[in-house]
Amino acid sequence: MAPLWASEVAHTTPEANHLTDTVEVDGRPTEVVDELGKPIGPTWSGRFFLGADSNGRDIMVRLLYGGRNSLLIGVLASLGTIALGLLVGLLAGYHRGWVDAALNWLMDVIWAFPVILLGVALGTALAIGGLELGPLSLEGDSLAIPILIIAVVYVPYLARPVRGRVLALREREFVEAARAQGMGAPRIVFGEIMPNLLNTVAVMLPLLVVNAILLEAALSFLGAGVQAPNASWGTMIAEGVDRIISAPHLAIVPGAMLVATVLSLAVFGEGVRKVLDPKAEVRMEH
Amino acid sequence: MGSGLARFAARRLVSMVLVLFAVSVIVFAIFNVIPGGDPAVRMAGKVPTETQIEAIREEWGFDEPVYVQYAKTMEKLFTGDLVSYFTQLNVTDEILNGAPRTFALAIGASVIWMAFAIGLGLFGAIRQGALSDRLLNALALIGIAMPVFWLGAMLSHYLGSEAGLFPSGGYVEFLDSPAEWLWHLVLPWFTLAVLFIGIYSRVLRADVIETMNEDYVRAARAKGLSERRVMLNHVLRNSLIPIVTLWGLDFGAVLGGGAILTEQVFGLQGVGQYAADSIGQFDVPAVMGVVMYGAFFIVVFNTLVDIAYAALDPRIRLEGDGR
Repeated sequence: MAPLWASEVAHTTPEANHLTDTVEVDGRPTEVVDELGKPIGPTWSGRFFLGADSNGRDIMVRLLYGGRNSLLIGVLASLGTIALGLLVGLLAGYHRGWVDAALNWLMDVIWAFPVILLGVALGTALAIGGLELGPLSLEGDSLAIPILIIAVVYVPYLARPVRGRVLALREREFVEAARAQGMGAPRIVFGEIMPNLLNTVAVMLPLLVVNAILLEAALSFLGAGVQAPNASWGTMIAEGVDRIISAPHLAIVPGAMLVATVLSLAVFGEGVRKVLDPKAEVRMEH
Repeated sequence: MGSGLARFAARRLVSMVLVLFAVSVIVFAIFNVIPGGDPAVRMAGKVPTETQIEAIREEWGFDEPVYVQYAKTMEKLFTGDLVSYFTQLNVTDEILNGAPRTFALAIGASVIWMAFAIGLGLFGAIRQGALSDRLLNALALIGIAMPVFWLGAMLSHYLGSEAGLFPSGGYVEFLDSPAEWLWHLVLPWFTLAVLFIGIYSRVLRADVIETMNEDYVRAARAKGLSERRVMLNHVLRNSLIPIVTLWGLDFGAVLGGGAILTEQVFGLQGVGQYAADSIGQFDVPAVMGVVMYGAFFIVVFNTLVDIAYAALDPRIRLEGDGR
């Protein structure tokens, strides 16, 4: 939870470098980055709790800010996936016919791409020029770009189960009753059918967040996700791997945070699934 | 049922061609239409010169209508005429050079994950509820939670550079030295396999537990067959179907996903590392080539897997008719 309050907890900013500073370690003053450019490891106290990176930036602080980006992207991208997936699934399932056929086919085509390949394609293409789509205009290094990419990539994973549920729901009595009352299609779809999809969505949400966080990390590791000067756990691992021989803690710490976050979300998701929908079959890839 | 199979295959092939076309349009749109700014500038890479940009605009037809641009892009991709403006190397050649390494990585990893998943899945099902089973479940969850590039970096650093048990990276051609080839691939194989060992062993475990309660399994036991034969010949044979199906879906995804990350960490210099290096440089033609060829390979591979299944299992053909 701490990443949410990063700016209150931290003694410094994630970009500030303390190359020439010294801190007390075991009662002795120690340089944050020594003459050979080797950053200090964890001090386990106060400043530089988890050590510094080679620019003398405090890892604990960067971890908090980077974690904030990772979690933010994970949650917002998942909400985006849910909005888009619900829209596609509801349209396809309710209208059937050619709308369904066309949307289904589009989902099949997106599904044909492995998520990383599609994410990499979008990430590389958008990182340089940014995005200008109608009124929407984003800079190449905006955090909104990875959010958008991840949201789009996972749409078929939600749209498919939603469509299946809608196909079954639209034949149920309460929908027929609504139709008999003369309700219009939008009111039936959003007022009558959508509330019945809450279970499906609640079961998918933790899984979507897990996959979004992992995909963000993978894309950022490759350089197609979060762009400098922003950081995320993915970019921190990438920086750490480059210096793994002299300072392994740079890669270990963000990776361990990532694993801990993903594990706890996965266990939480498992619990939600058991309570709400014991028979749900959900499959994701990352 | 020969004609039924032929009809199924023909239909799958037609839909494959349609999907390939759509994939090509989407890749074209992603790189040349959707992003803001001048596509010629994006193609040119990080530090383009004005003349370079002008030449690229001419070559790709960026002043012309979209369909002309699409045609020119496809022509470049499929006549092997795609050149990186960053390295000046031919993209198709680079991909073909790297392909054997990527396949060696993906095939070896899938052999490992299948073997471990079957062993651990069976073990978990037999010891259902015991401490060892619950421990395996927890391990599987951790395996699924670990990002493949982080696991790879840790293994390569601690078992490779620090302990010296394995080479810390690189690739040796099989024909140069089979032993060295194997030695260099052990860690990448395991790194790539861990996630799938976690998933597959849990799927197999659940399926084995379900199958063990089937009537025909009880009948086999009642006949007095040994527990070993019941498990291997009756239970496992049936429970293998779901994970083999999963494998058909995942193999393509591994080539286009996990392999990129694993190759980058271990420096295997296959297609995946070529992709990763190109992404780092924002080398658009190279990334476009990898994505297009990769997606095409996966679509064709999945179609062939489908047809192979239909040949083995007539029920799938009927299901396909219903669509």
